[in-house]
Amino acid sequence: MAGLRARKRQRLLVVSVSLAAFILAVLTALLALGGDSLSLFLQPSDVSARVAAGDLKAGDRIRLGGLVAPGSVTREDVVTQFVITDCAATVTVRYAGLLPDLFKEGQGVVTEGIWQDGGAFTASSVLAKHDENYAPPGTLPDNPEACTHPESTYP
Amino acid sequence: MTRFVPAVAFVAMVALFAVMMLSDRNPKEINSVLIGRTVPDFALPTLDGGTAGDAVLKARGKPVLVNFFASWCVPCRAEHQTLMDLAARGDLVMVGIAYKDRPGDTRAFLDELGNPFEVVLRDETGDVAIEFGVSGAPETFLIDRDGTIRYRHWGPMVGDTIAQRLAPELEALGLP
Amino acid sequence: MIGELGHAALILTLMLALMGATVPHWAIARGDARWMAQGRALAVAQFLLVVTAFAALTEAFIVSDFSLRVVAANSHTLKPLLYKITGVWGNHEGSLLLWVLILTLFSALVAVFGANLPTRLRTRVLAVQSALVVGFLLFILLTSNPFERLAVAPLEGNGLNPLLQDIGLALHPPMLYLGYVGLSIAFSFAVAALIDGDVTPAWARWVRPWTLLAWLFLTGGIALGAGWAYYELGWGGWWFWDPVENASFMPWLAATALLHSAIVMEKRDALKSWTVLLALVAFAFSLLGTFLVRSGVLTSVHAFATDPERGLFILAFLALVIGGSLILYGMRAEALAPGGLFQTVSREGALVLNNILLASYVGAVLLGTLYPLILEAVNGDQISVGPPFFNFATTLLMMPLLVALMAGPLLSWKRAKLGRALAVLAPFVVTALLIAGLLFWARAGGAVMTLVGLALGFGLLAAVIGETRPAQGRWLKALARRRRAQWGMTLAHGGLAVLVLGITISEAWTTEVLTTLSEGEGVAVGPYRFELVEIAPKAGKNYSAVAAHIRVMEEGAVVADLWPEDRSYANPVTQTSEAGIAARAQSDLYAVIGEQVADGRWSVRLYNKPFVAGLWWGAALMVLGGLVSLSDRRLRVAAPARPKKPAAQPQGAVS
Repeated sequence: MAGLRARKRQRLLVVSVSLAAFILAVLTALLALGGDSLSLFLQPSDVSARVAAGDLKAGDRIRLGGLVAPGSVTREDVVTQFVITDCAATVTVRYAGLLPDLFKEGQGVVTEGIWQDGGAFTASSVLAKHDENYAPPGTLPDNPEACTHPESTYP
Repeated sequence: MTRFVPAVAFVAMVALFAVMMLSDRNPKEINSVLIGRTVPDFALPTLDGGTAGDAVLKARGKPVLVNFFASWCVPCRAEHQTLMDLAARGDLVMVGIAYKDRPGDTRAFLDELGNPFEVVLRDETGDVAIEFGVSGAPETFLIDRDGTIRYRHWGPMVGDTIAQRLAPELEALGLP
Repeated sequence: MIGELGHAALILTLMLALMGATVPHWAIARGDARWMAQGRALAVAQFLLVVTAFAALTEAFIVSDFSLRVVAANSHTLKPLLYKITGVWGNHEGSLLLWVLILTLFSALVAVFGANLPTRLRTRVLAVQSALVVGFLLFILLTSNPFERLAVAPLEGNGLNPLLQDIGLALHPPMLYLGYVGLSIAFSFAVAALIDGDVTPAWARWVRPWTLLAWLFLTGGIALGAGWAYYELGWGGWWFWDPVENASFMPWLAATALLHSAIVMEKRDALKSWTVLLALVAFAFSLLGTFLVRSGVLTSVHAFATDPERGLFILAFLALVIGGSLILYGMRAEALAPGGLFQTVSREGALVLNNILLASYVGAVLLGTLYPLILEAVNGDQISVGPPFFNFATTLLMMPLLVALMAGPLLSWKRAKLGRALAVLAPFVVTALLIAGLLFWARAGGAVMTLVGLALGFGLLAAVIGETRPAQGRWLKALARRRRAQWGMTLAHGGLAVLVLGITISEAWTTEVLTTLSEGEGVAVGPYRFELVEIAPKAGKNYSAVAAHIRVMEEGAVVADLWPEDRSYANPVTQTSEAGIAARAQSDLYAVIGEQVADGRWSVRLYNKPFVAGLWWGAALMVLGGLVSLSDRRLRVAAPARPKKPAAQPQGAVS
């Protein structure tokens, strides 16, 4: 009886563990292969560096964080165009949709979308944070004092 | 032993968190791919009306310090005294590259704070900055006597970053 | 003064908790019944003291005592009273105090209502609870003191963010905390049982009501959070697979698994060691969630203001509490002899399958949540894992779970004939599949997964109904005889079916139109026509707004009037968009207005979202099922029912 019990237990254990392991293996592979599930989190400086190094190709999915450059927001019909800056580099973003409530020039946003040929970025979403202290992690530039200078978007 | 699997998995997870929290990581800081390579080829106008290229950075007999700066860049102002001090040592060739700056503004900036540079190049379009993988001003590169890039300093050279980061690199090149 | 009173109360609680965490173990070792009994008094005293501290902080918020740093940073004299009060826990310090309040509340409940527990077990449980209180109080007193004074009190407070002045958002954290902290009881029971190496079916019977209670609150809390996102954020979505959302979802999944495995343990004396592990893990996920939200180790759009020192403290606490309990588990679990045998096709077998799938699902969500961290540690890349991964995992794991769920409750214990269960279900499930197919066809098709979702949703609903039908005799009579615990299971499983239908239908057949409109202009959205009747400025109490009147018509008849607004608050300068929503059973009509793009033209986002109501009804049914099951007296005495299955989670569209 004890032998039978042990065997049954063992079988149950083996089946459970292998099933769970199989499922997790499939999911890990999915993660590792990337595709739509993953997006790199970058700031404009990282974007320039990656473009220069050939690490960012048209069609790549990225999250781009930074501050909305003052004076850069323009609208045409439902498409909004604005510039995200980390005060060292800038990226122009096109977004078709309604902007979140707290979207404002000079404030932090995280956008997610597809990198396009020719250095444009089309966002499929613009996220803002619903906190009092409005600086989503990853949107604060590393040298925020640089942002206070009005001519930083020269020329 | 299988009974300890959850504990082991958990310990691994905590270790991951601890590493990520304790490491002095600045995730935005990307190591330049150029380190260990020769200076890229380029040609730029200089501030005093001439033209200069990568030759000013190579085979000068002394190590070269290249600083990307701009008059509109506040941190550049902050690190300027450091550059003046480095220039005063005399064992480094100091080269400035004015990044996306108007020549008049650059001159006014250097007149006001002093000019540590042997030569100032004008990169108005930012093209050369891209060649260097510069993500913004200020950024500084240390080039050895053979024209190989040895070190990249991201952001202003102020405070203890000089002692902790730049000094060892200078020492490696045989400078005190 | 009242601030100092609160502070003193917390320090006193810490001392009592220190006593409560140590003395009882010593008393048990010595067999000193008198001191063992003190544990109950200590638990109640801790609760009363924390109530005092919490009341003191609330008072400070109500009278706007800006000499307290927390009040100055998070409140404002112009806030409505309700939001002054909810502001107490709308910040890091206050929310931790709320956490401790709930923790001591649960201890006190065990102390007062735990009369039927063996003295030794109860004493140990309360001691473990006290140890948790010590940890959290140290955290509060050392790093996050809510009673910290400012040298100079400002005249006016800082916090008036209108976006946070929402009743859903105000109730969401306490609900979730009741759930998170409620799981601490299951944890304490597990640790107590491991210390004594004595885990019996009775243990499972005691643990289940507490787990069920915590599960109820978690379900409610998650639903409130989703509802808030849906109604307030104006993005049209309700679940975004954000790390913070995952942090609440993982304990929920673990608790759901625990509820089911505890049944097997109670009825059949099997799966002991697994059930104990789940009790530890469920609370571990609660703590992990707290850690992830507050340490800043993961990037989230929701994160509290983060602080590395606090993060390290929670990490150390997490390591001590969970690491310690898992090591204890490793040392003792071998002693938990497995009990009753069963065949693969049996009620036990179905519940084991449920547990494997739920555990894999938790693993998948954890993997997706932590993967960015792992990758960053390995090669420095910063990435985020998006909805496609989670949606895939959900589909992969929930499909078999839903299928198993149809037959599971019909299987008998020990060994069952699958054929018999299928014979009972066949007429119901076939009818359901026909309905699903017809609906799919009437809607002119769509993705295959939509058909699968419909089939699973309707199939489960039918199976749940079919399960109530007796093998012989009158159906109605059988319904009347059903125990509450069984009703609880039926309602909760039915709720899951409705939830699945809500997710499937709203995701598949939502029509979204993004366009610009001027007054008098209209646009077709699905079968409806949305017309911008009027758009005009409007003055609110403390804001000015642009208010639109959008009329929705179907074949010429007015269906609904929507009143979306774009509000601008002056202090602090904030814009919020109030979606205009007509919530109806068949579909939600949803309108958001954006900016004026050109003279008289406004950008608008319009949705027709069919059967979103299914989400809320489904969640409500689950909660109701939990309540009904909890009210079953047998839960305490004999056999409890088997409620709750997991919710398939959503395909949250970002933006």
